[in-house]
Amino acid sequence: MTVSSPSGAAPWLDQNEQQPLVQIKGVTKKYGEVTAVDNVDLDIYQGELFCLLGGSGCGKSTLLRMLAGFEDLNSGSITIDGVDMANVPAYERPTNMMFQSYALFPHMTVEKNVAFGLEQDEVPKFDIADRVHDILKLVELEDFKKRKPKQLSGGQRQRVALARALVKRPKLLLLDEPLAALDKKLRKQTQFELANIQEKVGVTFIVVTHDQEEAMTLSSRMAVMDAGRFQQIGTPTEIYEFPESRFVADFIGSANIFEGRVTEDGADHVRVQTEFCEVYIDHGHSVKVGSKIWVALRPEKIRITKSEEAVTGPNQVSAVIDDIGYLGETSIYKVALPNGDIFDVTRPNQTRPTHAMQQITWEDKVSISWDSSSAMLLNK
Amino acid sequence: MTDVSNKPPSVSQGSFGSQMMRRIQSHWRQIITVIPFFWLLFFFLAPFFIVAKISLAELAIASPPFTKLVEWTDSGIVTIRLVFDNFVYIWEDSLYFDTYVNSLKISVTSTILCLLFGYPIAYAIVRSGPVAKPLLLFAIILPFWTSFLLRVYSWMGLLADQGTINNLLIALGIIDEPIRMLYTEFAVYIGIVYTYMPFMILPLYATMEKLDNSLNEAAADLGSRPTNTFFRITLPLTMPGIIAGSLLVFIPATGEYVIPDLLGGGNVQMIGRVLFNEFSRNSDWPVAAAVAIVLLFILVLPIMVFQYFQGKASEER
Repeated sequence: MTVSSPSGAAPWLDQNEQQPLVQIKGVTKKYGEVTAVDNVDLDIYQGELFCLLGGSGCGKSTLLRMLAGFEDLNSGSITIDGVDMANVPAYERPTNMMFQSYALFPHMTVEKNVAFGLEQDEVPKFDIADRVHDILKLVELEDFKKRKPKQLSGGQRQRVALARALVKRPKLLLLDEPLAALDKKLRKQTQFELANIQEKVGVTFIVVTHDQEEAMTLSSRMAVMDAGRFQQIGTPTEIYEFPESRFVADFIGSANIFEGRVTEDGADHVRVQTEFCEVYIDHGHSVKVGSKIWVALRPEKIRITKSEEAVTGPNQVSAVIDDIGYLGETSIYKVALPNGDIFDVTRPNQTRPTHAMQQITWEDKVSISWDSSSAMLLNK
Repeated sequence: MTDVSNKPPSVSQGSFGSQMMRRIQSHWRQIITVIPFFWLLFFFLAPFFIVAKISLAELAIASPPFTKLVEWTDSGIVTIRLVFDNFVYIWEDSLYFDTYVNSLKISVTSTILCLLFGYPIAYAIVRSGPVAKPLLLFAIILPFWTSFLLRVYSWMGLLADQGTINNLLIALGIIDEPIRMLYTEFAVYIGIVYTYMPFMILPLYATMEKLDNSLNEAAADLGSRPTNTFFRITLPLTMPGIIAGSLLVFIPATGEYVIPDLLGGGNVQMIGRVLFNEFSRNSDWPVAAAVAIVLLFILVLPIMVFQYFQGKASEER
């Protein structure tokens, strides 16, 4: 990641170092009775690749369109590079957008599409030609510059749209579901390409996506959005490993979530009693003894062992295999706990199963366990 | 005998009807393409050749009033007489040339006027809300519910010296004497633009409706002001609609007879009126047919241009 801040790779932690490139303050957008974006605050720093992640209708696209200048705000303010955007029309903003539909001009060639933005700024002709050439080289489309959008594949069109948005060297590039129209294999490949290009050009990206894997792969930081509000803002690791709410824990990846009551709250550990076992956590949490709490466990952080005998003690439970889903690279085990809860447990298939091998199979008696650092405590 | 009895009953019966159905099903594609061919053959090509034949004949006192193109003499010799006099006559008499030019001037001007008024109307309809849109479209088509002739007569009532508009302006004290509007070229323009406006608006609407608004947003996002976006994005992308609408106005307007006759009186010469006069008053079928043939060729040219652009546009799409 290219970050201009000398202090390192996390400008959002460095409060006094740098002014945020984008400041969103108390922004609200209503469509009639429906509140699409509800009093949202966000700072985004130079060089970030920031993802807005959420389901459809969560307000992420509306927020992006407000940044681009296509939607008016009902209240609040958006500042880009120190300039309040309130009365700046879309055609004068230092942002460029890559549309979900790509919105390529069908009557213009690739070259003309990419040059369009530069022509608006009255860049000298020879300069336009150079810059168009360079950007098409970056997205590996030099050979296609004379083609019309209809003569390109989906992946090529996506790269034209990216080139067209990047060629003006915007301060901020807005990408609305940039990979949604590609098929799965191409999408995965393009995720990395997109991140590489961002690194090369050093432009700040804000990406809207509904695909959590995409957000995790791409972003330096991301915001999980629901019902017009941010549920959590943080790095992908923070959001995955330290979710703040059941919504985030469940939305990002999958999680087995169950209720418990705090029995011990130490500086370096927490104990929670649940219906089927005691959960011991080897780090402190700001919780109250006796309060109700939720515990979340990631399926890949749970171990399964074959055991006929019942187990007791913290962080382990006896269970029965209820169902198995073979996905190739991993298998999902649905295990039934004594109280009837079903947990998802995933295991990588590191060896090829053979008949001789003892395998875990349906109706097997097992015990499940997890590390004392694995369980996540959620207040809401 | 055993062979026959082994066959399933449906096959052994093999009724004529079901065989026919199967044959139709296997050839339905050819059958469907043949229909427009026959339509054009009977209702365009055949009448065209009949008119072309008459245009190459001479006026004669007969019924129908022209000489025969092909004649069998008693001695069994077939003679074919082609007379180009009618075309020479049309070329040499400046009345016809001037009238063609005047017709084209009026139809081209009317087409431009229809486009200038129709384009913003179509654009407004496309941008209107989900309730207003069908109502506005209905309002565009609504005039077709009343007779065309009746609507032209209404304009006579509005534009006459003692008509509604003049009376109103005099009553308001804006003018002292009636303005002469009926039986002028102005009235003909009003009639043509009014009558053919829906033919301009509907194809324009159809192409604009398909335009993706994100293209406008993309242009704005890339720094283009609204007027520039209109000329660089909207206008080129609505060109198929402009061409289709213009032809739908231009072609019938050139040959228009009723509007110049009723609203223009004797003061506005258009080729449709000349054609009608030759045919009915002078009973000169050959000259009338020649006038029609020349008109057809004048109109075929823009159609071919249109086809060319259509072909090019569909290539790009």
